[in-house]
Amino acid sequence: MSLNQTIQDVFNEPGCDKNQAKSEKERKKGCTKQLQPGGAAGGCAFDGAKIALQPITDVAHLVHGPIACEGSSWDNRGALSSGPTLYRTGFTTDMTENDIVFGGEKRLFKAIREIREKYDPPAVFVYQTCVPAMIGDDIDAVCKAASEKFDLPCIPIHSPGFVGPKNLGNKLAGEALLKHVIGTIEPEYTTPYDINIIGEYNLAGELWQVKPLLDELGIRILSCISGDARYREVAWSHRARAAMMVCSKAMINVARKMEERYGIPFFEGSFYGIGDTSDSLREIARLLIERGADPELMARTEAVIAREEARAWAGIEPYKARLAGKRVLLITGGVKSWSVVAALQEAGMEVVGTSVKKSTEEDKQRIKEIMGEDAHMIDDMTPREMYRMLKEAEADIMLSGGRSQFVALKAAMPWMDINQERHLGFAGYHGMVAMVAEIDRTIANPMWEQVRTPAPWDAGESWQARALAEAPAAMDPRDRLVCQCKGVSAGAIADAVAGGCDSPGAVMQATGASSGCGGCKPFVRKAVDAALAEQAATGREAA
Amino acid sequence: MDAPATPVAKSGKACTVNPLKMSQPIGGALAFMGMRGTMPLLHGSQGCTSFGLVLFVRHFREAIPLQTTAMSEVATVLGGFDNVEQAVLNIVKRTSPELIGICSTGVTEIKGDDLGGFVKDIRRRHPELANVALVPCNTPDFAGAFQDGWAAAVTAMVEHLVETPENAARDPRRLAVLPGCHLTPGDIDELRDTIEAFGLEPVFLPDLSGSLDGHIPQDFTPTTLGGCGVDAARDLARAGHAIAIGEAMRPAAEALAAKSGVACRVFERLTGLGPCDAFITHLSAISGRPVATRYRRQRGQLVDAMLDGHFHIGGRRLAIGAEPDLLFALASMLAEMGAVIGTAVTSTASPLNARVPATHVVIGDLEDLETAAREEGARLLITHSHGRQEAARLGIPHFRIGLPMFDWLGAAHQLSVGYRGTRDLIFAIGNMAMHARHETRPDDWRDAWAPDPASDPHSTPPPSKELAA
Repeated sequence: MSLNQTIQDVFNEPGCDKNQAKSEKERKKGCTKQLQPGGAAGGCAFDGAKIALQPITDVAHLVHGPIACEGSSWDNRGALSSGPTLYRTGFTTDMTENDIVFGGEKRLFKAIREIREKYDPPAVFVYQTCVPAMIGDDIDAVCKAASEKFDLPCIPIHSPGFVGPKNLGNKLAGEALLKHVIGTIEPEYTTPYDINIIGEYNLAGELWQVKPLLDELGIRILSCISGDARYREVAWSHRARAAMMVCSKAMINVARKMEERYGIPFFEGSFYGIGDTSDSLREIARLLIERGADPELMARTEAVIAREEARAWAGIEPYKARLAGKRVLLITGGVKSWSVVAALQEAGMEVVGTSVKKSTEEDKQRIKEIMGEDAHMIDDMTPREMYRMLKEAEADIMLSGGRSQFVALKAAMPWMDINQERHLGFAGYHGMVAMVAEIDRTIANPMWEQVRTPAPWDAGESWQARALAEAPAAMDPRDRLVCQCKGVSAGAIADAVAGGCDSPGAVMQATGASSGCGGCKPFVRKAVDAALAEQAATGREAA
Repeated sequence: MDAPATPVAKSGKACTVNPLKMSQPIGGALAFMGMRGTMPLLHGSQGCTSFGLVLFVRHFREAIPLQTTAMSEVATVLGGFDNVEQAVLNIVKRTSPELIGICSTGVTEIKGDDLGGFVKDIRRRHPELANVALVPCNTPDFAGAFQDGWAAAVTAMVEHLVETPENAARDPRRLAVLPGCHLTPGDIDELRDTIEAFGLEPVFLPDLSGSLDGHIPQDFTPTTLGGCGVDAARDLARAGHAIAIGEAMRPAAEALAAKSGVACRVFERLTGLGPCDAFITHLSAISGRPVATRYRRQRGQLVDAMLDGHFHIGGRRLAIGAEPDLLFALASMLAEMGAVIGTAVTSTASPLNARVPATHVVIGDLEDLETAAREEGARLLITHSHGRQEAARLGIPHFRIGLPMFDWLGAAHQLSVGYRGTRDLIFAIGNMAMHARHETRPDDWRDAWAPDPASDPHSTPPPSKELAA
């Protein structure tokens, strides 16, 4: 299949509801909007392919292209390994003018030979980039010749940056695995408790925050694609009984095609958040039992969930007093927006806005479901807008990726990293406690007060205040959402009190507030108390 | 002074392993980031920009302005004029910049996109952009390295922005400075202080100290904040004097001299006692002022630092990997302190490479450096943050310098120039060497006549003929 056909095939993904809702013509345009020259900021397809596959730890990842592609990006991601470190070695053909004139195929072949001789990896992944794609280097032919010559799997990954964004690169990486890797090796043995985890990259060791629980339940991760994976594990992943797809839509093509080809059922889940982790464990158990595991697995799973949830709540408890009512502005990609929202609410915090930049339509729908219809959704914001949002929403902390951190930091606002460069794992039950502890550590730092103090010789208002003055009038306090899940505003609560509800319980019943995650109960109580007090005051005045 | 040339070889490998080198386009982009109100623009696929952006954010820990023409496969084949035009229009609309610096990349160079011609066409079609300076720059990523891209961008700015004055009226107090990319914002600040101490007014083209020194901005600006203004750049030929720092800046220095008619003196390095003396003497000469007490004291402190530091640096085998100008500055100063540099690795060709005081210079990668360091028994690794895995494998300390330094706070303020910068560099490297010293054990001398000197923790390398000169 040519690269163009592969891309069309990926765009046709039937597992993606968003794509299926489109017309034939729309679908051909691809799954992201056209990039705007002078107004784009994301990674390219090559970046996406590398993110998805580099976590395979024992493979030599060879980038065929000039220095730009690997020179400034190697060893810059936080995927961890329990053993081999070869994945952190940067390999590139570093094409120069000669290769452009005469073609880079020979250099690529020799590069594979050198890697074979010096590093002897179980496989070499060859990433095609823009320049060799443009001059017509046939990496399929080189990989085929090298595979035969060196008796070494050489996997071509067609991911030149100019075919599209990161998200497409994730999928093209998945296509390469499906075509050349998955199903090429048989596992030594299988059990009815074998699963695949697809789309988990073990950033900051997050896979290891969950794996002990699976170990305890006797569930074996036959293959994680691709966090802390070995080549052979991916190659024998077709023998799993069930699969969990972690990273939103990034590798849905892998999960769906493995279901189609090998009959491995999958579900989409998350290990971010206490409830989501429990749901995922239950779903894994359910699918395994459906595929022949002993049904007693479910009881054991429930016991582990009950124990771990209790431990996690106990772990979060000491922080709740300090964090209750703290407002969080969340700006991140599709991977985590919806899974983190639930988690933050579990800790008693309010999420006052979240971004949808890299989220799929379905992600956005989920955010709405979790946060209520009125959640601020931020798309392609400028720094000024981001800051305005931070201020208007009266956020106490911003969680985002590294690039936008300075919007918060330069304005002396607490910020915490939520994306891939992060060094702290936030997955599973432990991870949620760690995230809450980290938010607390950030917000509680006494440094903020000092850095917000203007220099003694600087009279007058700060530039931040001036910037804010340009903002449109602040939100009506009645519009402020108290219950994110059900979308109940402070105004609705006041109306309910005016309508005769005289206790938090009655208001909750009347408005539906707190009937979602329940995280907002203290705020509903506060809002009801405030409304009652106001009513009493006006009553007295009237009398 | 006439040392025999150091042998310089290109690594003969087909596969670069653990690159030291970074690409020309992002080197060019960084030079544009030293200009006020500027948006650097890479003409290529959006990944070229994204990788550069992440790299600079992690190094400087600052918001980084950098845009892309977002070339798709089709646009690449058909030619990129529309994308460049649209990008310029969008950037002007969204960010109202003073300057857009446009760097080409590999794909657009192969296609043969003529950025110079594109800019002329945009000028003709959009007279409303008259107030925005547009500087095109050829930086294919399949040739040269980061340092070359920086130098090309500065040369392009000299050629496109600097105006030849109509009369000969010059400002004798103004000093044009063309700094190399190995100077940090902290280095620029240090030079500014020094130059001003002689009553001169330096104009740095470009000036990273204004834009990437880690200051708290006074507004949200999507372009650079601070840096050299386009107006100051236009006026540069009126400076009474001009200097450039780093051999890579020689073409830019020549371009400036051609425009202004004033010779531009190139200082190959400002690290080390001798070069600093030459620099201070030059400033004293062009300003007609004596050397201030402050710099006499600083010189004394450097001499004292050399006396204290030589115990720890003298005779030490060091492995150094850096771009040519930085490598030459570091290796020269450390060799003057008695360090022994075996194989040094650099990123690109330079006339300085043959003058690096090392047994060999390889234009290669960090794998070459690691192999040589192991064979030669290096005790300290000096390179950018990507040396971290290598240092761990070799079990030796790693002094981080250069770009990127993504696992280090304060990279923008690390000094290597001037008396004070050299003094602090000697302290930092000397301390690292001191702390890594092998503590004597009872059995150290039991087999101490072993034939492999690299395995002897107490060994000082025997004198080498190659280094004797």
